[in-house]
Amino acid sequence: MRWAPERASPQTPDVGGLAIEPFVRRALEGDSPTTGEIDAFLEGRTVPIVEGTRVTILFRGSADDVRLRHWVFGLPTANSLHRIRGTELWYDVLELPEGSRVEYKFEVVRTGGSEWLRDPLNPHLARDPFGANSVIQAAGYAVPDWAVEDPSVRQGTLEERRFRSRILGGTRKVTIYRPARFRPSRSYPLLLVHDGGDYLAYAGLKTVLDNLIQRLEIPGLVAALMHPHDRMEQYRGSEAHSRYLVEELVPDLEHMLPLRTAPESRVLMGASLGAVATLSTAVRYPDTFGGLLLQSGSFAFSDIGGHGRGPVFDPIADFVNDYRRAPTAVARRIFVSCGIYESLIYENRSLVPVLERTGMNVRFVESRDGHNWENWRDRLRMGLSWLLPGPLWLVYD
Amino acid sequence: MSEASGPVSEASGPVVLLGSHPDVGDFRHQVDRFRGDGGVAWITAGRQEWEDEDGAIRDALDGEGFNLRLYARGEEVWSRDPELADAHRAHQRRLRLLRRAYNLRLQRLMDGWARMAAMVGDARVLDPEREAALDDVRRLDEHHLRRIEEARRAFEAEVHFGERDAVREIRAQLAERLDHVRVVAMAGGHVPVLLNRLRLFDMPRLLTSRTLVAWGGGTMVLARRVVLFHDSPPWGPGHAEVGEAGLGRVPGVIPLPSASRRLRLDDADRVDRMARRFEPDDCLLMDHGARAEWDGHRWTAVEAARLGEHA
Repeated sequence: MRWAPERASPQTPDVGGLAIEPFVRRALEGDSPTTGEIDAFLEGRTVPIVEGTRVTILFRGSADDVRLRHWVFGLPTANSLHRIRGTELWYDVLELPEGSRVEYKFEVVRTGGSEWLRDPLNPHLARDPFGANSVIQAAGYAVPDWAVEDPSVRQGTLEERRFRSRILGGTRKVTIYRPARFRPSRSYPLLLVHDGGDYLAYAGLKTVLDNLIQRLEIPGLVAALMHPHDRMEQYRGSEAHSRYLVEELVPDLEHMLPLRTAPESRVLMGASLGAVATLSTAVRYPDTFGGLLLQSGSFAFSDIGGHGRGPVFDPIADFVNDYRRAPTAVARRIFVSCGIYESLIYENRSLVPVLERTGMNVRFVESRDGHNWENWRDRLRMGLSWLLPGPLWLVYD
Repeated sequence: MSEASGPVSEASGPVVLLGSHPDVGDFRHQVDRFRGDGGVAWITAGRQEWEDEDGAIRDALDGEGFNLRLYARGEEVWSRDPELADAHRAHQRRLRLLRRAYNLRLQRLMDGWARMAAMVGDARVLDPEREAALDDVRRLDEHHLRRIEEARRAFEAEVHFGERDAVREIRAQLAERLDHVRVVAMAGGHVPVLLNRLRLFDMPRLLTSRTLVAWGGGTMVLARRVVLFHDSPPWGPGHAEVGEAGLGRVPGVIPLPSASRRLRLDDADRVDRMARRFEPDDCLLMDHGARAEWDGHRWTAVEAARLGEHA
């Protein structure tokens, strides 16, 4: 039988059966744990403490209040942690389904203000363009081995190039990924990546490509990693961006590199607004890309009334509403992924049957994760190996 | 191990099958056993554009011998004879279509067989059904193999390799180069590419009397059936496929290179189904260190575990 503490407040979590339970119980009985006991408790322990589907998060330090800030859509954020009486140890218990991955920070309130901190006790971090967050890796979640750098894997190369654009004006930076043992005498599939710099920095794209190629799960390929000049302009369905990509960048790449030119050897991908740029480009230029990889696309739409996401999304909703009214087949295969802890899950779930109605081959994968780069990283193996299957079945060294 | 199946010529030379990534010393030892005062050559066409990355073989043989460069020679043929190249691509497209059709049927049959194997009930009722399900799979495998062979014969009848200048010249060069060669080593890589190059240059005939030392995909092409396998692909159920008709140089076996890495050998039911499916052939686990030797008439040494009998 689990012990439930005397409720200090309606939100006091049930700690029965958890590692933290003796401390909570003792404190309520007036016997607060000592600093040394807390040191011993934390020594060698992985924090947050994952026990089945229950996760105990801990913060240690003086504060007036400590709030959990996470980005799980559907769960209240900014809930206060509970202080164990007579100590500077704060805790809360979350119920997280197996396989979940949650990014978070603490908002620590002290006299005169508050600051957002990463969890000092948690070694797991995820970086993004705004810095880094702490990560709860719930039971059943592990960083995929194919996303981890392996010194025994042959390394591809990266080269920064600038491409002139009459359509956009000036030049645009593109990072070219060439696979290990690149041979000019061979012809390669092309992967075009929106937000290429972020995919490299925060989703480990180079490591993922190196690993999947070495494992033969995708073929040796060339990737063109695009860096947006003005993301909010280019990636919200801009016609000029689509024209630049298809009429300038792809031909320039094909001139410069030994690329296969058949549509089935071209894949366009992006996440969030990058997924909008991907789909809108494919709609404008159907059958240019054999495969599309759409991750957590910001596919705002409205069946009636407004889309509810603010004016920034207006051009996107216009595009998505038009497409939903008259969907057309634009590629042979489309892989869609989205985290169920993001608000965009509704939009992505809604898009899938629309795409399927056109006869395109669509795969949709949901994950217990949020709108973040490591969620997108973790879906790359499934997406890329389906869109560009490697010679796994044919090669035996 | 069956010695009756497969079109093995009476006059064919010995074959040594080695486990994946053989040790230099073992490889050298096997070559030295058979070469006598003859020469040695090697085939790395399965490595495709990286065919010339053969330093390890060259070093193991102290710089003696030469690479037959079948991949590069194939590229030369395509370049000199574009009509043949187009016909080859069309043939490959037909094979890919055949493979898709085969896989559609295979998946249904394999899933049915696996579910039936797991059914609980009166064995007197179920066992004959299970056997029938297995027969369905075997019949499909043989049907597919027949269809591949038909497609290949039709392709060869269409293009007449032996009457095309580029092919004829290179075949003659190869025959001359092989004149004093006693042992030919064959590495793995892309198995259909390797098979294609071997056939393009009439290598099965040129290699008949010579000793072959093969590893990786090089072992697979020497069997009657080339079985493609991977139990944990990123997509799909991972049912092994009959991928090609091999050269039939070694009878009664299906070599499985890097088996421990590619197969879930701890899944007894899966292993048992695969072993039974390909009977009467023995599926040999050709992991690093394994060896199986055919002397042209019989198996003289098999230091490789058989699927289903491994520890």
